[in-house]
Amino acid sequence: MDERICETLETALWEALQEVKDPEIPTVSVVELGMVHRVAAEGGRVTVEMLPTFVGCPALDILRRDVTARLAQVDGVEEVEVRFVLNPPWTSDRITPEGRRKLAEFGLAPPPASDGMAIAPECPYCGARDTAIENLFGPTACRAIFYCKACRQPFEGMKPV
Amino acid sequence: MRRMKVEQAAQVIDRPVYKAALIDFLYQLADDELFLGHRDSEWLGLAPDIEEDVAFSSIAQDEVGHATLFYHLLSELGEGKADDLAYSRPAAVRRNARLVERANGDWAYTIVRHLVYDIFEDVRLEALASSSYAPLAHGAVKIRREERYHLLHMETWFTRLGQAGGEAKARVERAVAAVWDDLGDLFSLGVHEAHIVAEGILPVARDELVQRWEARMKPLFEAAQLAWPGAPHPAKEDGRLGQHSADLDALLETMGEVYRIDPHARW
Repeated sequence: MDERICETLETALWEALQEVKDPEIPTVSVVELGMVHRVAAEGGRVTVEMLPTFVGCPALDILRRDVTARLAQVDGVEEVEVRFVLNPPWTSDRITPEGRRKLAEFGLAPPPASDGMAIAPECPYCGARDTAIENLFGPTACRAIFYCKACRQPFEGMKPV
Repeated sequence: MRRMKVEQAAQVIDRPVYKAALIDFLYQLADDELFLGHRDSEWLGLAPDIEEDVAFSSIAQDEVGHATLFYHLLSELGEGKADDLAYSRPAAVRRNARLVERANGDWAYTIVRHLVYDIFEDVRLEALASSSYAPLAHGAVKIRREERYHLLHMETWFTRLGQAGGEAKARVERAVAAVWDDLGDLFSLGVHEAHIVAEGILPVARDELVQRWEARMKPLFEAAQLAWPGAPHPAKEDGRLGQHSADLDALLETMGEVYRIDPHARW
């Protein structure tokens, strides 16, 4: 395969991955969440290295299945292997600007920077910064529950990790 | 001291001393996390309020997830399937500290035990970030970022219960006494201790770990207005050598009940 075809295939693979959503946040793709570390194609053999958001995330098997199924539909792909790797570690800073926008749209406040002291994000409803932690733990490992003191709404957000 | 970096499991095949020490130590890590995670999960529906039901379920999921990672590292070293390692090994070969197998007791005991363990774990993970076994070092870096939230949660509860005085403080003091009786083997590294440290699998000696842990614990006791109970006593019985309490037999009986119905089922 010459280099140009290779590049085209890789572009097609990334585009296909853009259509695979996180099963727990169905409006945001695995690419936007920063979960795809590397995609490599050798002939028709595709290897995807993915970064789990949390080590114990129960959605990993579903993600593996969804990524494998979607990439198998791409022209020229014969075999797909999805590997979860921990190096580099996934951090919430990997979420793309587009991913952050879509999280907020879904009602999940995007996380503040992971190296800062702040855990509570801005309110996704009114944008106020005067927010408090309600519970560090939420419905999934990566989420927490906050309260906006300005608009007096409880809201969910992604933890800075 | 030879501290060769080991990038993957295949590289330890011809290093039997390193491999044996690594395997024993990974069982310590895995069994610690699995049993504490199981104890956490037992609070579901019984915790003092619904926020704690959510919190302890989430923490349980994290801990069991970390255990799964360590069991996978053992699988890569030829120890068998992660599920079997988690569910079917008898108490006598378990390598966890006795502290994590104890029944939950009251809320004060649950909080004190978790805090003591979480600080220990943070100190251990911090050291493991420069482990000579790269897959373990990578896992430690990732896990530590998650454990930050467990620490914050337990520190908050511990200082509030202590500062509250009255029954809350009395229960915390009883819990501290009970936890301190079980502290010795938390810092034990089992029969392979010398090699675990010398090979840089855990590149920090036991005494140093204890000191780092004490330096982190003492300010928390001060904040909670509780008397510091002193340094951990050496272990009379050592869970890292397979010496466990009846609590572990009961835990294994409950935890493996469904698994034993059909060990080959896929869940």
